Amino acid sequence: MRPTLFIGILLILFSGLIHIATDLSFGQPATTDLDDYFLRHAQEHTGANNVVTSVVFDFRAFDTLGEATVLFTAVLGVGILFRKLHPGEEYEHD
Amino acid sequence: MNMTKIVRTTADVLYPFCLVFGLYIVAHGHLSPGGGFQGGSVMATGVALLIVSRSYTAILQRIRKEALKLCEAIGLLMFLVAALSGLYIGGSFLHNWLAGAGGLFGTPVAFGPNPGTFNTAGVVPILNLAVGLEVLGGLAVILLYMLSGLRENTP
Repeated sequence: MRPTLFIGILLILFSGLIHIATDLSFGQPATTDLDDYFLRHAQEHTGANNVVTSVVFDFRAFDTLGEATVLFTAVLGVGILFRKLHPGEEYEHD
Repeated sequence: MNMTKIVRTTADVLYPFCLVFGLYIVAHGHLSPGGGFQGGSVMATGVALLIVSRSYTAILQRIRKEALKLCEAIGLLMFLVAALSGLYIGGSFLHNWLAGAGGLFGTPVAFGPNPGTFNTAGVVPILNLAVGLEVLGGLAVILLYMLSGLRENTP
């Protein structure tokens, strides 16, 4: 692909994204019911003064369990990648 | 390979402070900004400090890889046990049955803006501790594995 064509496509995509982004209304969410509920009731439901932690570890704790599992799987993958090779076992391209 | 004596001594002095500060962030996750992931990362930074200052064989004499792996497994198991205890006692997965119950982490909290007390929030500090342990073990084990893949020129 020629560089001028590439730059042209990139500019068209970028201007399109900018055009979309200017139409968005930042700071004015469509519904705020759930946010208000968390802010009003987090303290009495969980007892935690930090509302962010009460969301992450109580209201959405299942998501945190998934994150912990992702980290565990990542460690597993790194462990497999850097394992000790048995004598005689070599990589295919060697 | 080993760094100079200045770097090694500085790492040795800063290492316990990193661990203590990370533990503080983990333990006060329900009161102040921070939590399990952030505090565990800070604790793993202490291990990383040791790693950049010493050779691989010298690190393995200081910290044991098996202990870190155990840390990680215990963290995830602790999370699952706390979650399943909510299912058993409270009736739903990850139910916060300790909050406001009066026992461990069960002091009723005053509503509105207040500094708070440590003994609140029920299951949340336990989950924080579990995630902190897991992140510490996971990140440190990843760093140690990647260091073991290097071919070092030991003088």
